[in-house]
Formats: sequence, structure tokens, C-alpha cells
Amino acid sequence: MKYVDEYRDGALARTVAAAIRAEADGARSYRFMEFCGGHTHAIARYGLEDLLPANVRMIHGPGCPVCVLPIGRVDAAVRLASQPGVTLATYGDLMRVPGSKGVSLQKAKAAGADIRMVYSTLDALRIAEAEPGREVVFFAIGFETTTPPTAVALRMAEARGLANFSVFCNHVVTPAAMRAILTASGGVPLDGFVGPAHVSTVIGTAPYAFCATEFAKPVVIAGFEPLDVMQSVLMLVRQVNAGRCAVENQYVRAVTPAGNRKAQDLVAELFELREAFEWRGLGLLPNSALKLRPAFARFDAEARFAVETVAAADNPACDCGAILRGMKRPPDCRLFGRACTPENPIGACMVSSEGACAAHWTYGRFREPVRAVPIERVLP
Amino acid sequence: MTFAARMLTPRYGRLDLKAGRVEMTHGAGGRAMAQLIGEIFRPALANEFLSQGNDQAIVPLPAGGRLAMTTDGYVVSPLFFPGGDIGSLAIHGTVNDLAMAGAVPLYLTANFVIEEGFALADLNRIATSMGAAARDAGVPVVAGDTKVVERGKADGLYISTAGVGVVPAGLDLSGDRARPGDAVILSGTIGDHGVAIMSSRENLTFETAVLSDSAALHGLVAGMVAAAGPALKLMRDPTRGGLAATLNEVARQSSVGVLIEEAAIPVRPQVAAACELLGLDPLNVANEGKLVAVVEARMADALIEVMRAHQLGRDAVRIGTVTRDDQHFVQMTTAFGGKRIVDWLAGEQLPRIC
Repeated sequence: MKYVDEYRDGALARTVAAAIRAEADGARSYRFMEFCGGHTHAIARYGLEDLLPANVRMIHGPGCPVCVLPIGRVDAAVRLASQPGVTLATYGDLMRVPGSKGVSLQKAKAAGADIRMVYSTLDALRIAEAEPGREVVFFAIGFETTTPPTAVALRMAEARGLANFSVFCNHVVTPAAMRAILTASGGVPLDGFVGPAHVSTVIGTAPYAFCATEFAKPVVIAGFEPLDVMQSVLMLVRQVNAGRCAVENQYVRAVTPAGNRKAQDLVAELFELREAFEWRGLGLLPNSALKLRPAFARFDAEARFAVETVAAADNPACDCGAILRGMKRPPDCRLFGRACTPENPIGACMVSSEGACAAHWTYGRFREPVRAVPIERVLP
Repeated sequence: MTFAARMLTPRYGRLDLKAGRVEMTHGAGGRAMAQLIGEIFRPALANEFLSQGNDQAIVPLPAGGRLAMTTDGYVVSPLFFPGGDIGSLAIHGTVNDLAMAGAVPLYLTANFVIEEGFALADLNRIATSMGAAARDAGVPVVAGDTKVVERGKADGLYISTAGVGVVPAGLDLSGDRARPGDAVILSGTIGDHGVAIMSSRENLTFETAVLSDSAALHGLVAGMVAAAGPALKLMRDPTRGGLAATLNEVARQSSVGVLIEEAAIPVRPQVAAACELLGLDPLNVANEGKLVAVVEARMADALIEVMRAHQLGRDAVRIGTVTRDDQHFVQMTTAFGGKRIVDWLAGEQLPRIC
């Protein structure tokens, strides 16, 4: 496949791996957090851990929008979808996220709620156009990468005069979460970040400068292909070895320092920062999420349907929080692979394929010692 | 029917196969149903057993061997897709389920659940395609049943087929027979059927030249059985859940592990690209004309040679080896050089693929 195979070249990977082994200082360890779930997935899917020396450890960060969505918001979405006349259009990986008492959108759908899986915001718009008698709510979720498509859909709904389309907005912003990880007391000691790829195509590299200047942590913006990740790790090792802290850009084929101004302007026209938003695992973070500006309140499902978000506690045995902060590895959780599997997720990290637990369970669990529960127990 | 009998039969106009639609009366057991069967199903599926016209078909039973039976429901959406339709799929899928035991498929039955309002033209097209697939496979549909349900109670058309075949004496293919050291062989490219279906879903329109691989595999299987003899341990067709599910079934049933090589698995560039775009793994995507065989390693090359001589096995290749693994993991050496698990698909990738 053109423009993809080049970044999955095994021979080139071995060359980069050899360089990392040669340059990593055997007298110390390196702990790099890949912020994005996309990187977590690539690391697990391509078996990158096998290519890194033992003293270079990757720590999985909270950059999976499904994983950080708190239970209260899932509950709110279920309540919204259960209202008569409402159709909730959602991306597929939200369907299985368990809310309170294990009620997910999938379960609500089976119980009769009109919930439809879509692949893009435009699919949701099409439903609204085709079925004017229904109130179509798009479950908007994601980091800076997915906000512009939501903004475009809103602009299109406005232009077409669609009165039955609205958005349940859960868009979050990346730098706020990175700051939260760096300031968390008792947090895991980090030596640098593998920075977001697609988020940075929109916001550019400048918003991460505080990591280097305030917290003295190197950042390398990395593409999502496995060679991108390997090269970025090498760049981080070199920064650490040289005692440098800078925001470097490995993903030069898509990311510029200023990012996509047009997308940024569009988002700014429609959205504003929430004072605070709850992130699963990270708690209530100031200025970390977006809501629709008052001028667009008619498109805001929260205003339109008076949906309240009631905070709900995670399962006390679930370590998603500590895992999302990089303080624990998935197998450290008591539930991992026992009560909690991709078929029956308890924590959100097990739901999305980008979640640290799902990625480790799906691709990497052969690295763990044999678990008490035989694998058959969790199979269909 | 004798001429005299024909004289006594009331005259109805023929079914309107251009603009007509299925009505509730077509399933009510009266003349309308007889007409539907007589003008669509009987001509399309014609064979000597079906035309016995009784509540059952009486068929000859070959001497020796053991009887293999199977049944499968088809709810694929859309009904027509690049490379096939629900009719041909309902023949191929059930023939393949028999063939995977090394059985020679003999007879099929078919059961149609039709939604009121379904276009007679589409029904005729599907029945004709079904008949052609059965004739090509040499496996007649000897009995059938038709039901019509009210509009909204089904999605157009569902078909169930059942099949019987005979497993030759001495042949024992079973999912629990894989042993460490055995070779794992794949008959061709993966993911074609699933991507062909996805490309024709209305909310997933992308142009692709990928055709479903839907095909009856018993011809290929016959050559394999003859060539490999008792060295052939088992065969499976990787349908829903794809190659990943099939290999995990084998690992679990045989209490072994499997190690495959990503670089060895053939995937068409268009399929790889579509999967990349949709965030799917070709290992999880359905096939309808492929098989996985586990064979003693010493026979692997000879078996592959025989498979490649058959049209449906020309891309046959060894993709891995059965291993000793207490946890029964299917693992893969990635093209990138690392290792990972090949797991069952979690949740739903794409509903109603077959």
C-alpha cells in the first residue's frame, strides 16, 4: 500500500532499533509517555516493545477520548438516547463503554433506544435530513482532531436550516491533560513525551512548549505508523542524552508549528472552553474541554434537552485512573483479564482498541505470566 | 401435470416478474404460493428430486462412509454485493461447511423467509443465482420451504440452507487434531468478502474493485484430501471473525498455540487499503471462499502445490506453524519484526456479513 508500507518497513525498523540500543545509556532508564491511544495501539499491534531495549520503557497516556470520558457523561448520553423521539448518532467505539450499573449505549439500544452507529458527522447530518420527525443528536467526542468535523457539521446544519440536529459535546483539549499529568502529585516520573500526531496537525507544535520550558520535559510529535514511533523514541533518547528539552517534530509530513489555522478559526467561532470538565482518571481539569458558544445554543443537546451530568464513581477495583496517569500498567489491575476483558469491559481502558488495557490484552498479554483464570473463561 | 389436469386448473396470469411484489398470499399455502414456487423456485432450482413434489425428497444414499450434516442462516445485507448475492452465498456457505470435513456434499435444502412487498424481480434473480450456484457445485437443492412475513417483520429476504454429505471411510478431519509442528496453510487472499460487502453498504460508499470471494470449495478440498491423505489434520473456512477467529478455534480445540507470519499472509492491496481506512484488521474480516488447512509439516509443500493447481487455491501459502502453548495463544510475528497476539474480535465489527 503506497504511503503506508514505507512506514512499516521491517528492515528500516531494525536499523532504528539498533540505533536506539546503541545510544541508550545502559546506566540509566528512559520512561517515555506516548500520550495518544493511537500510539499505544501501534506499539502493541506491531510489537514495538520487542524492538526496544529493556531500559527504554513506554508508558501509556490518557490520549484515548473514549477512555477518559467519565461515567456521568455516558449516563447522560443513555438518558438522552432514551427520550422519545430522540435518535443518538454515535461513533462505534462508544457503544460498549459501560456507564452506571454497567448500562452502555449498546444495552440501551437493545432495550429500545434509537441509537445508530455512524462513521462521520456527515452520516449524522444525513439522518437528520432524511428523518425530519426525529431529533438527531450527534455524540461528539474526541480531541482537537475531531472537533473541526463537528464544527463543519454544525455549520452545514445551520446552512441547511436543520432544526432537528444537535450535538452532545464532549470534545476535550490535549495540552490541559498533559499539564495535569506533569503536575499530579505522586505521578509517574517521566523523561519525555511522544506527542500527538493528528491533534498536532490541527493545533501545531507550539501549544506543547510549556512541557519543555516549565517542566523541562522533551516532546517529540510523532506520526502513528510504527516507524514514526521508533524514530521518535530515538529522538527522545538523543534529547535526554544531550540534556536538551525541546518540542521536536518527527511528523513533518503533516505537522507544522502553527497547525491548521483555518480549522482553529472554525472551532473558535463555534466553541469555547468549559471552566472545568471531568476526565476519567485525571479528575476535574480546568479549561480542558469545549462547549458550544451561547450563540449556537440551539444546536447544543445539553441545553435543548436539559440533560444533566451527574458525576458517578468508577468501580472501586478498577485501576483505569492510575493506568491513565501512567502510574500503573494494565496487568497491575486486579480486574485485568479476569473480570475485565474486551468482551466484558469494566473500565474504559478496556473498551476502545486505543485503550491501554485493550491494546495490552489484545496484542501483548502473551508477555505476562500465566493468569489464574484460563483464557477459555473469557472466550465467546 | 397431464393435459386433463391442466384443463381443470383455474387460469391465472403469470407472476409479474418485472414490477410485481411478494404479497401475504404468496405464503398462505394457497394457489398464489403454488404459483410463486412453480414460477420462481422450481424452474430456478430444477432437479429430479425437487420435482418429486412431495413434502420430502427421497434421495439415494451412497454406500459406505459417514453422513455429514450442517445448517446455516443467511441474513447478509445488502442482498446483492460485488461478486455474489444472498442466493449464491447460501449455496456456497453450506457446501463449504460440509467440505471442511472432507465430505462430498450431496444434497441441500433451502428455506426462504420473505418480507411482504419484496420485489418479485429480485426474488427471481436470487433464485436463479442460487440455482446456478447449485448446478455449478453439482449439489442439488432437493427440498424447500417458503414463508412470507408482514412488511417490517424481516429485512427483505432471509435464507436458510441445510446440507448433507458423505465423509469417505478412513478420513478424519477435526478441529482437535492440530499438533505442535504441523504446518498452517491458507488457500488465498483474506478479507475480500467482508470488504466487498462493506463497499456496497449505503452509509459506507467507497469505490473499490474488490469482489466477494464467495465460492464452493469442495472441488479444491477433494484434491487436497487425495494428495495429503491422513497427513491432513483439519480444515476450516474463515468466515465471520476471519482468519483470527478460525485460528483461535483451532488453538482452543486442539489445546495448542499457533504462530503465524504477517508477511506471509496474502492481502489484496485494495482490501488492505479499505481496512486501513475503516480501522479494521484484515485478520478479522470475513471470507466466503477460502480455507485454512493444518497438515503434517512434511506434506506442506506437496499440499500447497496441489492447491495451487486449482483455481480456488492458486494463492495457497504456508502462513505458520502449530506450537506448544499452554495458554493456546495465536501469535504473529509482525512484518515489523515484533510479536503480538492475534485475538478473537471483540464486539461487533460489521453486522450481517453473511
